[in-house]
Amino acid sequence: MSMSNISADLRDDQSVGMSYLSRLPQRVVFVYLPLAIFVFVLLFPFYWMAITAVKPDNELTDYAHFSPFWVVHPTLAHIKYLLFETSYPGWLWNTMVVAVGATALSLFASVFAAYAIERLRFAGSRIVGLAIFLAYLVPPSILFIPLAVMVFNLGIYDSKLALILTYPTFLVPFCTWLLMGYFRSIPYELEECALVDGASRLQILIKVLLPLSIPGLISAGIFAFTLSWNEFIYALTFIQSSENKTVPVGVLTELVRSDVYEWGSLMAGALIGSLPVVILYSFFVEHYVSSMTGAVKE
Amino acid sequence: MAEAITGKTATETGGFRSWMARAGQDVNFLGAAFLLPAAVFLILFLSYPLLLGVWLSFTDARIGSDGQFIGVENYQSLWGDSVFWLSVFNTVLYTVVASIFKFALGLWLALILNENLPFKAMFRAIVLLPWVVPTVLSAIAFWWIYDSQFSIISWSLQQMGLIDQPINFLGDATNARASVIAANVWRGIPFVAISLLAGLQTIPPSLHEAATLDGATPWHRFRYVTLPMLTPIIAVVMTFSVLFTFTDFQLIYVLTRGGPVNATHLMATLSFQRGISGGQLGEGAAIAVAMIPFLLSAILFSYFGLQRRRWQQGGKD
Repeated sequence: MSMSNISADLRDDQSVGMSYLSRLPQRVVFVYLPLAIFVFVLLFPFYWMAITAVKPDNELTDYAHFSPFWVVHPTLAHIKYLLFETSYPGWLWNTMVVAVGATALSLFASVFAAYAIERLRFAGSRIVGLAIFLAYLVPPSILFIPLAVMVFNLGIYDSKLALILTYPTFLVPFCTWLLMGYFRSIPYELEECALVDGASRLQILIKVLLPLSIPGLISAGIFAFTLSWNEFIYALTFIQSSENKTVPVGVLTELVRSDVYEWGSLMAGALIGSLPVVILYSFFVEHYVSSMTGAVKE
Repeated sequence: MAEAITGKTATETGGFRSWMARAGQDVNFLGAAFLLPAAVFLILFLSYPLLLGVWLSFTDARIGSDGQFIGVENYQSLWGDSVFWLSVFNTVLYTVVASIFKFALGLWLALILNENLPFKAMFRAIVLLPWVVPTVLSAIAFWWIYDSQFSIISWSLQQMGLIDQPINFLGDATNARASVIAANVWRGIPFVAISLLAGLQTIPPSLHEAATLDGATPWHRFRYVTLPMLTPIIAVVMTFSVLFTFTDFQLIYVLTRGGPVNATHLMATLSFQRGISGGQLGEGAAIAVAMIPFLLSAILFSYFGLQRRRWQQGGKD
C-alpha cells in the first residue's frame, strides 16, 4: 500500500482507535460471524420457548407436516389453560410478594451495614467487611438442610415468611458488598461538611449519602429482586402446599404430572414466569451490568 | 454543632439524654448499631445453620426426629458408598469441563463485544438474557430441546442427513453429562463474558497502540498485553463461576434428577435426594458438609487472586 493511499484512507476514516488496521472481510470472519453464532445459540432457547407456547398440540409433535421452527395456527389455549385452570396466577403473586419482601428487608439491612463498614471505620470494620464477602460465597446448596430444620422448628414451614426470612442470607452479603463499593465512590468531604454543620450520622446517611446513591440502590434492588425471583432450592424445600409455591417450583412440580408432558403449557409457564425479570432487566440494563461487574471488581 | 453542644452540656447533667448523645458520637457504638439488622440475619440464618449443618452431619437425624449423636458414622458410610463417590466424580467433572468452556467461550465473546460494533449496547443486553431468566425456567426449555423423540436438535441433524436416529440426550450416561454441561455453559457464558468485558474496557488502548508500533501481531497483543492485564479479574470471575457450578442444583434437578443411573448426580442433588426426599437429614447434611473443603480451596484461590491484583496496581498489601 503506497503512502498516498494510506493518507487518503485516513482522511475518510471514521473509525476509532486502531480499528483502521482491520479490513471488512477480516471483520466478517473474526467478529460478525462468531457474534451471530453466539447470539443465535444464546437466544434460541427463548425463541423455542415462545414458539412452543403458542403452538397448537397437533402441530407440536407433527414434524412431518409442519416445520417445527414456525407456527401455522398460533393459539392462546396453553396460556389460557395456565392462567385459568391452574394455580399459576397465585404462584406469580407469591413470587412477587416473596421477592419484594426479601429485597426490601435486604436493602434496609445492607444500607446500614455498608455505611457502618465503609464510613464509620469502627474497630474491626475491615474484618466485618471480609466476613460479609465470605458470607456471599456460602452457597444455598450447603445451607438448605439445616435451614429446613430451623424453618420447621420456628413453625414457619410452608409459608411465604420462611422464604422472605431466608432469602436475605444470600441477598444481604451481595447488596452490602455492592453498596460498600458505591459509598466509597462518594466524596468523604460531603460527609465532613454535614458533620461540621451538626448532622448526626443517621441524618448524613439518609439526607446526604442515600440521595447520591440512588443508582447504587437501584442496582442492588433489581439485582436482589432478580435473585429472589430466580431462587429455587429453598422454595422447593420449604414449601409444601400448592397455594404457597413460587413460579419456578410450581411450574416444575405441578405442571409436570405424568409421562405425557404438556409442553405447550410448560413453555407458556416458563415464558410468563421469565417476563417480569426480563421486563425489569430491559429497563435497567446498565444497572444490571454495573452491579454484576461491580461485585466482581471490588 | 447543635448535637455536639447538647452532648457536652448533657454530660454534665447526666441521664439518658447524655448517654444517647455520647453514643451518637462513638463510632464503635454506632457501628454496632448500624450493623445490627444485617448481623441478625447473617448470624441467625447463615452462621448458625452452617454450624447446625455440621452438627446434623454427626447425628442420625431424620425428618420428624431430632436424632442422636453418632460420631462419624455418616461419613464412614459415605466413604464406602459408591454412589457418593460417583457424585463427587460427577461434580468435579461437571465443574472442570463447564468452567473451561465457560471461560474460553466467555473470553471469546468478551473480545468480540470489545470490538467497535454497531448496536453494541443492544448486543450486550441480549447476551446477558440467559443469565437473567430464572434457571429453572430456561432449564425446562432445555428439557424440551433435549426431548428424546421431538428434540429440535435431533430433527435438524436428521434433516441435514447427519444422523439416522434421534439422539437420546438425557437417557444415556455420556450424552446426559454432555447435555447438562452444555446447558450450564449456555447459562454461564453471559456472566463470564460481561464481567471480562468490563475488565477489557479498563485496558488503556495506548498499550495496544504502543505494542502495534513495536511490531506485535494481534496474537502477541492478546498474549502479552490483554491477558496479563486481565489476569486478576479472570481469577475472581472464574472463582465465582467455579463456586456456583460446583454447588449447582437447579439444572440437574430439572433435567435429569441425577439419572440415568446416577450418572449426573452432583453432590448438591444427592444431598437433596438423601436429606429431603429420603428424609435422612444427617446423611444429607454430611454430603453438603463434604462440599466445604472444595469451596474453601476455591475461596483461597480467589483470595490470592485479589492479593495479586493489589500488588499489580502498586497498592499496599
